[in-house]
Amino acid sequence: MTRRTISRALVHLSLVAATAVVLLPLVVVLLTSLKSEKEMANTSGALDLPDDPLNLHNYVAAFQDGGMLSAFTNTAIILLVSVGGTVLIGSMTAYAIDRFTFRFKKLVVALFLTAALVPGVTTQVATFQIVNSFGMFDSLWAPIVLYMGTDIVSIYIFLQFVRSIPISLDESARLDGANAFTIYRKIIFPLLKPATATVVIVKGITVYNDFYIPFLYMPSEDLGVISTSLFRFKGPYAAHWEVISAGAVLVILPTLIVFLSLQRFIYNGFMRGATR
Amino acid sequence: MTDTTQKAAVEVTPAAPVPAPASRRTRTWRGVTPWLFLIAPLALLITFTYAPIVNMLAYSFTDWDGVSPVLHYTGAENYQEVFTRPDLFEVFWVSGYYLAASAVQIVLALYFATVLSFDVRFRNFFKGVLFFPYLINGVAIGFVFLYFFQDGGTLDSVLSLFGVHTDHAWLGTPASANTSLAGVSVWRYLGLNFVLFLGAIQSIPGELYEAAELDGAGRWNQFRYIIAPGIKPVLTLTVILSISGSLSVFEIPYIMTGGATGTETFVIQTVNLAFRFNKTGLASAAAVVLLLIILLVTWVQRRLVPDDKVDLV
Repeated sequence: MTRRTISRALVHLSLVAATAVVLLPLVVVLLTSLKSEKEMANTSGALDLPDDPLNLHNYVAAFQDGGMLSAFTNTAIILLVSVGGTVLIGSMTAYAIDRFTFRFKKLVVALFLTAALVPGVTTQVATFQIVNSFGMFDSLWAPIVLYMGTDIVSIYIFLQFVRSIPISLDESARLDGANAFTIYRKIIFPLLKPATATVVIVKGITVYNDFYIPFLYMPSEDLGVISTSLFRFKGPYAAHWEVISAGAVLVILPTLIVFLSLQRFIYNGFMRGATR
Repeated sequence: MTDTTQKAAVEVTPAAPVPAPASRRTRTWRGVTPWLFLIAPLALLITFTYAPIVNMLAYSFTDWDGVSPVLHYTGAENYQEVFTRPDLFEVFWVSGYYLAASAVQIVLALYFATVLSFDVRFRNFFKGVLFFPYLINGVAIGFVFLYFFQDGGTLDSVLSLFGVHTDHAWLGTPASANTSLAGVSVWRYLGLNFVLFLGAIQSIPGELYEAAELDGAGRWNQFRYIIAPGIKPVLTLTVILSISGSLSVFEIPYIMTGGATGTETFVIQTVNLAFRFNKTGLASAAAVVLLLIILLVTWVQRRLVPDDKVDLV
């Protein structure tokens, strides 16, 4: 009995230790973001509490001087268009592949399957030239098109789901005179809601966090998204950790809110996305 | 040839009684319909995935600088350079740090998944805390940990609480910097592995544990004989993802050190070659090498675990 109690205590101890390791770096950055320049200069230690816990001065600085407002706008535009496009493309592809027999179907499926194996980071050297030749370099179109065009995982997720919709539904609609587009629009797409939710969440978080693509394709300062704008803090605020911290907190906060409100969907979504 | 005619003949015979053969117009229309759905996705797929691969292969045999209209065919020279110039190939050793970190990460994730699959108090809280870092923006993580490792930053302050006073510059030497960065990567990605393992463990039917408990099996034996076999597919997948992930590390070192003090990774080097030094040809060769390695690793995984879920048709 005592052995069990000891092992249980050790397990809890390990969990508490892990929690501390995860949260401590974040909490310290939150504390730092609330300190004034003077406090930082007076060597207030990293773990010391701020004098005024409601000092939002750094947030204002980060938001205004750091261009976070336009960054959030750009991110929102890219997010809306590319996630919407991904949902449309993924569900249409899944519908066509699952519900039709046509020539070269095997080839088409193989093309999509093989593409999933190619990691995007490796091909950017050449992708860059193509994006550039379309004149999309340094415009919001570059990330939008790349996010939409290279997402195989969401096609998988939709495909699994389309399969579970009974074909008899399509057939009875067809007897009523519906054509393929009406069936897709009125029957298949509405029934795909759970898959759509998964794709929106996983894709949304991925796009929000992506650094590599906007960094390569949108060097203009006014085209900064949250990742690249925050990255540019490094120069002008190099020694001002309180402002950099405020910027980081501003970026993390929306993620935290989404996570807390959609926890269950998020776990399922990322599980499905990774094990596809 | 005979095969195709036979197949066609079979298809012509309708399996179910069809009222009347569809008119030619409807038939062509039906043949076109799937392509109308596929045209946009296929166009994007070919333009942004396959065309780059083909181009990259082509560039890798030239000395192109990415801008000028002239380029010369140089044969396998770029590949030779990638493999023989020590400073180019050296970056692969940096992946070793991340590979070692992945091993630690998998063991930790397995431990926490096992522990939290049993009834523990505040289970959902711990689950959320462990997973959350995976969702955080990479640049924000980079800054959080730059402050963490700074002189007099979070780590030094915590250590001094325990009476350890150090003026060690955590990102100052290659070994220390790479270890620190690999640690950040564990902090960031542990949550995904953990949630994958937890999902696999929870899909094991509960009766198995009860039966084992009746037979007097302890926690360790339950892990060994029930949990371990149950999560084998996810474990293999995770190992493969970790290997290709370790080879293509970019964000954390690029944001935190910019590749300085010996923390340059393969992808950072390729990006620098292509976009800073305008060596598109050489960078392409390097990217082709990385792509081949990753495809090889994936192929090995598919051989080891024949995964029926991948079978789409």
